[in-house]
Amino acid sequence: MSRLNAVITSVGLLGPGIRGWEDAREVLNGQRAYGGQRTVIPPAAALPPAERRRAGRVIHTALAVGAEALAHAGADAGTLPMVFASSGGDGDNCHEICVALAAEPRQISPTRFTNSVHNAAAGYWSIAHGCREASTALCAGDASVGAGLLEACAQLASGAGRVLLLCYDADYPPPLRAKQPVPDAFGAALLLQRAPAADRLATITLELSDTLPATAMSDTGLEALRRMIPAARCLPLLQSLARQRAGTVVLDYLRGVQLAIEVRT
Amino acid sequence: MTPALQLTHFTASSCLGQGIEPTLAALQQARSGLSPCRFESVELPTWIGQVAGVDAVRLPSSLQRFDCRNSRLALLALGQDRFDQAVRAAIARYGARRVGLYLGTSTSGILTTEIAYRQLDPVTGALPPEFDYAGTHNSFSVVDFVAQLFDLAGPAVAVCTACSSSAKVFAAAQRMIAADQIDAAIVGGVDSLCLTTLYGFHALQLTSRQPCRPFDRARDGLSIAEAAAFALLERAPQHPDDNAVLMLGAGESSDAYHMSSPQPDGAGALEAMRAALAAAGVSAGAVDYINLHGTGTPSNDSAESRAVTALFGDVTPCSSTKGATGHALGAAGALEAVICAIALQSSLLPGGLHRREPDPTLTLNYLDRNQGATLRCVLSNSFGFGGANCSLLFGRGARADR
Repeated sequence: MSRLNAVITSVGLLGPGIRGWEDAREVLNGQRAYGGQRTVIPPAAALPPAERRRAGRVIHTALAVGAEALAHAGADAGTLPMVFASSGGDGDNCHEICVALAAEPRQISPTRFTNSVHNAAAGYWSIAHGCREASTALCAGDASVGAGLLEACAQLASGAGRVLLLCYDADYPPPLRAKQPVPDAFGAALLLQRAPAADRLATITLELSDTLPATAMSDTGLEALRRMIPAARCLPLLQSLARQRAGTVVLDYLRGVQLAIEVRT
Repeated sequence: MTPALQLTHFTASSCLGQGIEPTLAALQQARSGLSPCRFESVELPTWIGQVAGVDAVRLPSSLQRFDCRNSRLALLALGQDRFDQAVRAAIARYGARRVGLYLGTSTSGILTTEIAYRQLDPVTGALPPEFDYAGTHNSFSVVDFVAQLFDLAGPAVAVCTACSSSAKVFAAAQRMIAADQIDAAIVGGVDSLCLTTLYGFHALQLTSRQPCRPFDRARDGLSIAEAAAFALLERAPQHPDDNAVLMLGAGESSDAYHMSSPQPDGAGALEAMRAALAAAGVSAGAVDYINLHGTGTPSNDSAESRAVTALFGDVTPCSSTKGATGHALGAAGALEAVICAIALQSSLLPGGLHRREPDPTLTLNYLDRNQGATLRCVLSNSFGFGGANCSLLFGRGARADR
């Protein structure tokens, strides 16, 4: 059986106490202690003003980490296929719609309805960057990071030169929060390519495993983050990129199946 | 060129009926399944495509946490045409790890959440204790349900690109089979009626008060529908039977134009169709029929007509089957893929329903009546909110295309 490969050339990252990849590197390689201050989400500068107003926190999170990954690589968004993966999309927006539908008279705002699609971030991204390449928007619940990595690497195997993978989540408002207790927003973007690159962060090979346990973060704060926000399940991979440490990391994927990633720096 | 796959089994349940036989019969009789909206507590002047018998479906006791309209609709469809038996045979053949699961949905079981919001605790504002977020509301719930129903252990994911969701599942599964990560895939779409889409499309003034009339001069919107459609994809043998339905290629693109309106010149749609032909190594002239996205909104049909005309001129016969089925949103791509498979095997070009007067500005070769002809290669279009486009190319038999 052939295995899926990718070269990681850049990363964008945002989360509680994490203000970008350079900032996160210091935390992930142990130079600085992790503090979990609430996520600061910058508004997406690339969006036209009307779209910027309409987009919610989860969309801004996705667009912010995507833009950061592009900036680090000096890449042009217009030519990049995109894979968006989120465990639950825009909870604020969904809540407002459900409240409106439970009231009389039932009236939904057209913008709320438009933003309710799971691929809203993909739509806003393509508009912001004039990107007409293929995009997809995936949901595998808590396993969405793994699903996104598999899809992005399968696209590379099928001929795409580069793919931008964006994994992101934001907290739900009450009363949904009690049922899906994601505490804050988190986003990670990986710019992946097929061909070897001198300025790569790492080369990875994916394999499904039903025997290896998921890699835990040694820092208790980061481990709590990994366990509480589905999009943060990528943290062990990001840590090995930050530390430039070769080896195998195992990401939580589906029930009974993990994603084993061989990292070569 | 991507290696072709075979749809070794397929089924669909929509307002036309449950399974292939009633679906084919309805298409042959040019019968629509649309009816005036009487769904749940909805009071809107519109027509819908509702699947009969969903409420009576019962989930296995061990999977009760998934009980919602969407899971029931999925289970209903999986039991048609012995599709569930085909899945179990594929698992026995390849192993549970080597069978992937790729389903499209746009709203999953959100109807359950909509109803739960009417039952919030008057003091605390909490959702009812029995409300199960992951089992009903989340987009992955229907995938998780089907995975557990069959004890699958391979890659499983929901593709959620609005109305192109269950077209894109074919493309995603094809990549995973081509990359030798899986040997077979259950692909499909499941989307059930809910208040969000009915009131949402109404708010956008995109629902018609009558049964939708794709490509009519006075078309004024869509008819929302529900459906579940599934196909089992496996590598095509070197010499497929003459009756075999093959997936030849997929093309995907983004409009980068507007969240809820297509680009007026149809450039994104055109790119998706071109990419599907290129992926399959098929020329436009080899396409015998196009199943259009054809929602019946003024903007979609106009943009799609421009795109089709740019690539196929006014020659290739086309129609939208949404006058018969309604727009099944996240399930539309898979439903129309199955309709294409039926068309190929039955040598039937289904005419579009409800068109009274052609729109003189839409110059494609639109079929108002059924035609019989041997079909070798057909194209199916799906376009979604956010400008997410997907075209799929299907063929029949050994000389499907080329």
